[in-house]
Amino acid sequence: MSSQPRTTSFDADTIRGEFPVFDQPLTNGRPVTFLDTAASAQKPRVVIDKERECYEQYYANAYRGVYQFGARVDEELEATREKVRDLINAEEISEIVFTSGTTMSINLVADSWGRKFLRPGDEILLNEMEHHANIVPWQQIANETGASVRYIPLTDDGRLDIQELDNCLTEKTAIIAVTGMSNVLGTINPVEELARRGKQVGALILVDGAQSVPHMPVDVRKAGIDFLTFSGHKIYGPSGVGVLYGRRELLREMDPFLTGGHMIDRVFKEKSTWAELPARFEAGTLPIAQAIALGAAIDFVNQLSFDAIHAHERRLLEHALARLQDEVPGFVCHGPGLEHRGAIISMTLEGVHSEDLAVLLDRRGVFVRHGHHCTMPLHDLLGVSATTRASFGVYNTLDDVDRLVDAIHFAREKLRLV
Amino acid sequence: MNQPPLISVEELIDEFDALGDWEGQCDFLIDLGFELEKLPPEAKVEENRVHGCQSNVWLIAEFQRPDDADEIRVNITAESDAMIVNGLIAILLAVYSGKSPSEILKADVEGIFTRLGLDRHLSSQRRNGLFGMVKRIRAIAAQAA
Ligand SMILES: Cc1ncc(COP(=O)(O)O)c(C=O)c1O
Repeated sequence: MSSQPRTTSFDADTIRGEFPVFDQPLTNGRPVTFLDTAASAQKPRVVIDKERECYEQYYANAYRGVYQFGARVDEELEATREKVRDLINAEEISEIVFTSGTTMSINLVADSWGRKFLRPGDEILLNEMEHHANIVPWQQIANETGASVRYIPLTDDGRLDIQELDNCLTEKTAIIAVTGMSNVLGTINPVEELARRGKQVGALILVDGAQSVPHMPVDVRKAGIDFLTFSGHKIYGPSGVGVLYGRRELLREMDPFLTGGHMIDRVFKEKSTWAELPARFEAGTLPIAQAIALGAAIDFVNQLSFDAIHAHERRLLEHALARLQDEVPGFVCHGPGLEHRGAIISMTLEGVHSEDLAVLLDRRGVFVRHGHHCTMPLHDLLGVSATTRASFGVYNTLDDVDRLVDAIHFAREKLRLV
Repeated sequence: MNQPPLISVEELIDEFDALGDWEGQCDFLIDLGFELEKLPPEAKVEENRVHGCQSNVWLIAEFQRPDDADEIRVNITAESDAMIVNGLIAILLAVYSGKSPSEILKADVEGIFTRLGLDRHLSSQRRNGLFGMVKRIRAIAAQAA
C-alpha cells in the first residue's frame, strides 16, 4: 500500500484547508481524523462565510417584507432553490420545498401524501437497510390508514434482493421508499430500476437521498424519482435545513403538513385556502440563513465535481478496506463489495466491543460513530447489536485512513488482543 | 460472589489524581475492567439486564447480614461486554457494594464521578447507561431498607 502516491488529481490537502475546523490540533496535540461525515459533514469556509454574510449584511424574515433586506433575503433563498433544482435536475423551482431536514421531509410526504392517498390494503414497500427516518413515519401512517408496510428482502451481502422484487412489488404497492445509499452498509441502491419497476404497477417512489445526494449525481427526472429528500448538514451545508423535492403534480394534490403563517392563500374565521407551491409546505419562518448558505454548499460540491469526489472517496475506501482486511484479525466489514458501495465502512471486530473501540479511537483523535446508527432492523438482521462506522468525505486523506488503521491496532493492544 | 470491591473510593481518587490525564485514567479503567469479578453465564439473563446502556450490562445483588452488624449488606456483582464499562462498574462497586441500604441511598455517586474528572469523558449516552445501573442499585437498596 505504501507504494501508492499520496495525492490524487483531487488535492485533498488543499480541500482540507478550506475547512477551518481542521486548523487546530486536538488538546492532546493529535490532528483531527474526522470519519463521521455520514452523521454530519464539516463545513467549508464558503458555507460559514455565506451564513455570516446573511446575518451581517441583510438578515430579515423571508417572503415578508418589501424593504431592501427582505428583498435580498428572498433573492438569496430563491437562488438556493434554483441551485437545488439544478443539482437534482428538477423541472421547476416550485418543486423544491425547504424543510428542516430529511426526517421532516419524509414525515411530510408520509403525512401529506399518505393520509390523503393511502387506502386499506395498500402496501408501502420498505427494506431493512432503511434509516428509522424512512421506516417509522411509514409505520405510523400505515397504522392510521389501514395500509401496511412490506420489506424487500436483502441479499447476504446487504443489497436489495431484486430477484425477489416480483413477489413484493405488486398492484397493491402504493409507494416504494428506499434510500439512495445505506448509511450503514454503504450500499448504493438501483433507484432507477426500482422507479421503473414501480411505475409498471402504478407505485410511486420516494428516495431518501440523505447519504446519496452529497456523494453522487442524482437526476430525479432521468431516474423517475417522485420524491427526493436530503439534509443540508450532510452535504457540507448548515444543520437545520433540508429539502423535499416532489413532482409538481403530486405536491399540488397533497394537503399541507404544518399549517400557519406563509402557507396560506386566504384565512377566514372558519377555514383557509392554501398558497401555491412550494409555500404551501413551508409554514412558519424558514431556517433562513441556513437555507441561503446551503446554496454555497451546493456550489462547493459542484466546483469539486461529483466525478472527482467519487474517485477520491473510492481511493480512500479501497485503501481502508485493503489495510483493514490485511492487517486486522477478526475484521468484518458489513455490506457489499466495492462496486455497490459508497465511502462508508461499518465494521465489527472480533473480541472488541464497539463502545470500547470508539473510546479508544477517540484517544487517537479518530472520530467514528458506534451503535445502531438509527437502523435497528438492519442490525437485527446482521445479528449484531452495534457496529463501528467510519465514513468519508471530501476532506479525508489517505493519512486519515492510516491513522484509523493504526488506532485500531492501538485499541486491540489496549484490549489485550495482541 | 461476595468478594470485597477491587478498590476503594479513596484509592480511586488517589490513583486518578496520580495518573492525571485521560490517557492514563482510561488505561486504568480498562485494567479495572479486566480485573472485575465476572458473572456466571447463568446470571446473564434478561431479568438481570440493566436497560439504558449501549453495551449489555447484567447486575445481581445478594444480601448478607454480618454477625457484628445490625444492618444487612448489599453485595453487588455486575458485568458488561464492554471493557471500559466494566471499569466504570468497578467504580460503582467501590461506591456501593458491601454497603448497607441506608449507606447506598445516601451515597453521592455523581459527586465521586465529578471528583474523578470522569464527567468530562462520559458522553450523555454513557451517563444514561451509568444512571440506569445506579437506579437499579438504589431500587434494590430501597427494597431491602
Ligand atoms: C439514510 C439517512 N436517512 C435519514 C437520515 C436523517 O437525516 P436528518 O437527521 O438530517 O433528518 C439520515 C441521517 O442520519 C440518514 O443517514
